[in-house]
Amino acid sequence: MKLDSMYQEIILDHYRNPHHRGLREPFDAEVHHVNPTCGDEVTLRVRVADGVVTDVSYESEGCSISQASASVMTDLVIGRSVADALGLEREFLALMQSRGTLEPDEDVLEDAVAFAGVSKYPARVKCALLSWMAWKDATVQAVGGIPEQEADR
Amino acid sequence: MTDTETDPRTGSRPSPILAGVGGPRSGYDVERVRKDFPILARRVHDDRPLVYLDSAASSQKPTRVLDAERDYYELHNANVHRGIHTLAEEATALYENARDKIAAFIGAPRRDEIVFAKNSSEALNLVAYAMSNAAVSGPEAERFRLGPGDEVVITEMEHHSNLVPWQMLCRRTGATLRWIGITDDGRLDLSTLDQVINERTKLVSFVHQSNILGTVNPVATLVARAREVGALVVLDGSQSVPHMPIDVTALGVDFLAFTGHKMCGPTGIGVLWGRSELLEVMPPFLGGGEMIELVTMESSTYADPPHRFEAGTPMIAQAVGLGAAVDYLTDLGMDAIAAHEHDVTAYALEQLTAVPGLRIIGPADAVDRGGAVSFVLTGSDGRALHPHDVGQLLDELGVAVRVGQHCARPVCLRFGVPATTRASFHLYSTRSEVDALVEGLGHVRRFFGT
Repeated sequence: MKLDSMYQEIILDHYRNPHHRGLREPFDAEVHHVNPTCGDEVTLRVRVADGVVTDVSYESEGCSISQASASVMTDLVIGRSVADALGLEREFLALMQSRGTLEPDEDVLEDAVAFAGVSKYPARVKCALLSWMAWKDATVQAVGGIPEQEADR
Repeated sequence: MTDTETDPRTGSRPSPILAGVGGPRSGYDVERVRKDFPILARRVHDDRPLVYLDSAASSQKPTRVLDAERDYYELHNANVHRGIHTLAEEATALYENARDKIAAFIGAPRRDEIVFAKNSSEALNLVAYAMSNAAVSGPEAERFRLGPGDEVVITEMEHHSNLVPWQMLCRRTGATLRWIGITDDGRLDLSTLDQVINERTKLVSFVHQSNILGTVNPVATLVARAREVGALVVLDGSQSVPHMPIDVTALGVDFLAFTGHKMCGPTGIGVLWGRSELLEVMPPFLGGGEMIELVTMESSTYADPPHRFEAGTPMIAQAVGLGAAVDYLTDLGMDAIAAHEHDVTAYALEQLTAVPGLRIIGPADAVDRGGAVSFVLTGSDGRALHPHDVGQLLDELGVAVRVGQHCARPVCLRFGVPATTRASFHLYSTRSEVDALVEGLGHVRRFFGT
C-alpha cells in the first residue's frame, strides 16, 4: 500500500509510545495551538536555561501524524541551544513544504526524516507541523523574541 | 419515511431511464441512477472503484445538470434583467424559469419568495444582516429589530453557518443568544423548550437535519412553541431539501435556507425562501445594481423582493444548473429518493453497529434520521483512532468519507470527541458501498492496532 510511505514504522512507534509526554514544571512559556479543520490540539510548555532548551512537555490530542511528530520533535530539540533547535525547525518546515521533492538529511533530522512521505499529502502537512509551530511559539515567548524576526505569531 | 418498494440492490425491475423527459418512476433502480453521474465511474488509488460517501459535504452532479450549464454558456449567455437583445432575454427567461422550478420544488406559494444567494451560509447571513439593518430602517421593519433584552434561539447541533451569523447578530444588536441542548442519543433536548423559547425570543433558527448527527428535528414542535411567543422561525434545510420532500407551507416556518451543491446542483448557488409578507418589509443586506428602484447621489429606494436581495449580476448559469437538478430530483421522485436513502441508512447503521470498537455519534436507529452517520472508532488494541487516520486509510481503499468536526465543533464538545468520521449517503449510494466502508474499517483497526 502506498500509504506505507506516510505511515512509516518509526511514525507508528512514536504514535504508540510517545516520548516526553505530559506537562511538567518548571517552564518559561506555555502555548495552546489548534488545528481547526481537524480538531487537533496541543498544549505545550518550554523550559529554556542559559540559551538551551532544557525541557519540552506537552499534552496533545490528534491523529497519529501529529502525535508522532510531537514525540519526534521533543527528542530533537531537548538539550539543544535555542539557535540550533530553531535551525532544525526551519529544516523540518522545508521538508514538510517540499511535496516529497526534498531528500532529508538523516544526520540532521534523525527520526523526523520519516515524515518526508507526509509532505506528499497537503491535507496532512499541518498535522506534522502543529507541535513544531507550538514549540517555536513557546520558545520565542520564553526567550523574549528571536533576532531574525521570523516568528509567525 | 416508508420502506423501499423494491430491493434497491437488485435493480431487477426495468424502468425508463430519464433523459430529460418522463415522470416519476415507480421503482427505484439505483444502478440506473448511478449511470447519470459520470464521476461515479472514476477509479482512484491503484485503480480502485470510487466509493463516494461524502455527499453531505457535496453531492455529485448528474449529466443533465452539467449539460444545462454548458448549454447556457454555449447558446444563451448574457447578463440578466438588462439587455433587450435576444440572448439577454433568453438568459433572463432561463434564470427566472429556474426560480419557478425551485418555488414549485419546495411548495412555495409565490415565485418571488425565492431569493438566490451564494449558498446556505449567505442565505442565513442575509436574514441576520437584514435584521441588524432594521435598526436604521422605517417602522415597517419593526418585526426584524433586535436589541438588548431580546433573545435569539438556536440549537447545539447547528452547523457553524447557522451559529456564527447569530452570534455576530447578537453582538451587533445587544441581543442574547440561547440554545436548545442535545440528548445523549443525539436528539434535541426538548425538556427545556418552554424556558429557552420564551416571550423574549424574537427569532428561532434551527437545522432541519443535522449534518453531523443525521438527526431530523421535530419542526412542528419548535414552530408551535415559536408561534406561541411570536418569534420568527428560520430553518436550515441544507441537509434536508436534498433528501426528502419539502413543502414550506406544511413546515410552517418563515424562512428556509438551502444550497444547490448538496442537491446535485452546482456550487455557488443557494436559496433563501421567505414568506412574501416578511420579504416585503425586510431591509436589504447587500447594496448594488439590480436591487434598487430609484437612485440619487443622496439616497436610494429598493426594488421589490426577490430582486431587493440579489444585488449585482447573479449566478445565472448556476441557477440554471440548479433548475436542472430540481427537474432531475423531481423526475426521480423525492419520496422514492427518501425511501432509498432510508434503506441505505438503516443498513449502514446495522452494519456499523456490528463493527467492534465503533460508537455511533447520533441516533443509532433510522427513525427521524437522515443519511449522515458519524462515528468514532478504536483500534484492535482498544486505543481511540483519530478520524484523520481512519479517513486517510479509507481513502487508500477508494472510500471517500469526511473526517473532522464537520463545521459543528459544539457537537464534538458535547459528545466529548475531538472529531468524528462521517459517512453520508445520497440518491446514488448503495448497500455495497456500505459493505466497502465496513470492510475498510476492519482494515483500519488492524493497521493501527498492532
